[in-house]
Amino acid sequence: MTARLIGGNANGGGGEARAARSLWGLLWRRFLDHHLAVASGFLLIVLAALAMAAPLIEAASGIDAKTVDLFNRFQGPSLGHPLGTDELGRDLFLRLLYGGQVSLFVGFVAALVSAVIGTVIGLWAGYYGGRLDALLMRLTDGVIALPLLPLLIVLAAVDLDKLGLPAALTEDENISLYRIIVIIALVGWTTVARLVRGAALTVREREFVLAATAQGAGGFRIMFVHILPNVVSPIIVATTLSVGSVILLESILSFLGLGIQPPIPSWGNMLTNAQELIWTAPELAFYPGMAIFITVIAFNFLGDGLQDALDPRAISR
Amino acid sequence: MSRFVLVRLMESMIVLLIMSFVIYALVGLMPGDPVDLMIKSDPKLTPADAARLREFYGIDKPITERYLAWLMAVVQGDFGNSRLHARPVLDVMGPFLLNSVNLMVLSFALSLVIALPAGIYAALNPHSRTDHAINLLCFAGISIPVFWLALMLIIVFSVILGVLPASGVGTVGEDGFLDRAKHLVLPTVTLTVFSVGHYTRFVRASMMETLRQDFIRTARAKGAGRTRVVLRHALRNALIPVVTIIALSFGTLFSGALITETMFAYPGMGKMIYDSIMGSDYNLALIGLLFATLLTLLANIGADIAYAWLDPRITYKKTGAAS
Repeated sequence: MTARLIGGNANGGGGEARAARSLWGLLWRRFLDHHLAVASGFLLIVLAALAMAAPLIEAASGIDAKTVDLFNRFQGPSLGHPLGTDELGRDLFLRLLYGGQVSLFVGFVAALVSAVIGTVIGLWAGYYGGRLDALLMRLTDGVIALPLLPLLIVLAAVDLDKLGLPAALTEDENISLYRIIVIIALVGWTTVARLVRGAALTVREREFVLAATAQGAGGFRIMFVHILPNVVSPIIVATTLSVGSVILLESILSFLGLGIQPPIPSWGNMLTNAQELIWTAPELAFYPGMAIFITVIAFNFLGDGLQDALDPRAISR
Repeated sequence: MSRFVLVRLMESMIVLLIMSFVIYALVGLMPGDPVDLMIKSDPKLTPADAARLREFYGIDKPITERYLAWLMAVVQGDFGNSRLHARPVLDVMGPFLLNSVNLMVLSFALSLVIALPAGIYAALNPHSRTDHAINLLCFAGISIPVFWLALMLIIVFSVILGVLPASGVGTVGEDGFLDRAKHLVLPTVTLTVFSVGHYTRFVRASMMETLRQDFIRTARAKGAGRTRVVLRHALRNALIPVVTIIALSFGTLFSGALITETMFAYPGMGKMIYDSIMGSDYNLALIGLLFATLLTLLANIGADIAYAWLDPRITYKKTGAAS
């Protein structure tokens, strides 16, 4: 013990790095114990890689995912079309991969934006406390209490021209992508805000924060340099879990025709057409939903495993 | 206690008032306005007529002015007419509300009947095979897209097997209890799958937490049997947070009901709200959304009251204050 301490001192920052490595090593080992989470993480990496490689696969197979081929509608699985073709004769597998690009992108970005908003609000409320805290937490409670989906539908139905946004933006072909990220982030920050606020409330009482204050650090520096690193694990867990719920929300909104607009494919809007065709081609409805299901459950397992690994209380369980 | 309820009610009213403005403003931002719709149905309207109509209905005024006028009318009990149904919105809402209550109460009860035993069993046998199986099923329930589940159920039970109806509340011409029950099966199953995973996990977590407490060990040491400890000592305490969380999740249940109702063309509040937004029926959309918000806020107050009522240690008095 003493020898390690002395060694650490002699090496300057070296000892700190070694201690840190062993902490992360410990967390990593605890995470590996959670087999489902590890498998989920692996599955998600494969899924993301496949989705990203969609253009390459498209080029290699010589099939264009956008080409309408009415002579080859509703084809069953074959070598050329591993999952068959849809109602316009497009390759279902390639469309699933392109849809995955969009769904995963929306999931990641919206969850990240939510996490950033939630972290800032949570740090602010937890560090300053008092009236501001009460006000911000009331706002958080209020947003949590609202019936989310009906409000998201209204938000998604808002006419962007009436908001006075520049036409260059409202006529952008990716506008439905940006819009869905914004509206989901607008309501998705609450979980992270609460967690961060709770953690910040305890961390701000610790001695190192007092020491930093005594050395003249301002509120901004204390919040982001001293408190933030200590509340990072609940943020990681909550954000992982929220990627799953964002993908679910995106898919339902796109399915209802209010999210990602065709021709951009997403798993949700692929199901819109499939619904009309359940009497003629029920199998078209199967794959996109299965893709959503697998992705969301993988994110949930991953989040669960991270929680077990990062939450100190989890040791006793 | 009653003072606390009063304060909470007043707070909720303020939240509702704020939300009414937000929702009013958002609905105002949806594409088109009532006059646009008139122009669509009557091509002979000139732009001058349209402008006159806009002035007549007050649509050319700023949003705050329109909101206040609307609020005044609502306070006096005038909620306006529904465009799609051509009747006062309150008359329109009644049957939809009743249908939603049926669906939500049914599936809520079913969820509890499944979640309580499953959660308790999992907590009593942690890390057993059954616990892992229950956990897997919970994750599956939480992660499945509800609308896709509905589609799959329709495909299996209506398209392939043809045993259950895919939509509506009843067959035209038939008016039996059995017929209506048949139409409720698939929506109820869908909504139950949507909520039961969450509930089971709440029950399990809360039960595990309670079983670790000292008083459980005391009860066991006193010689109380396992069943007695679980049912009388642990369950009652474990249920306190569960009741609260479930009451707080009313908004989520409502969102699930919206999807379920839309998928099965089941005429409930959720589908009504969705249809009114899609069909530019502003008055109906406004009142439907506000009513859903009101219900959620009331459920939240209910959660707080239930919390204090179930746990005598909790009082909502400020320490030292005499009341």
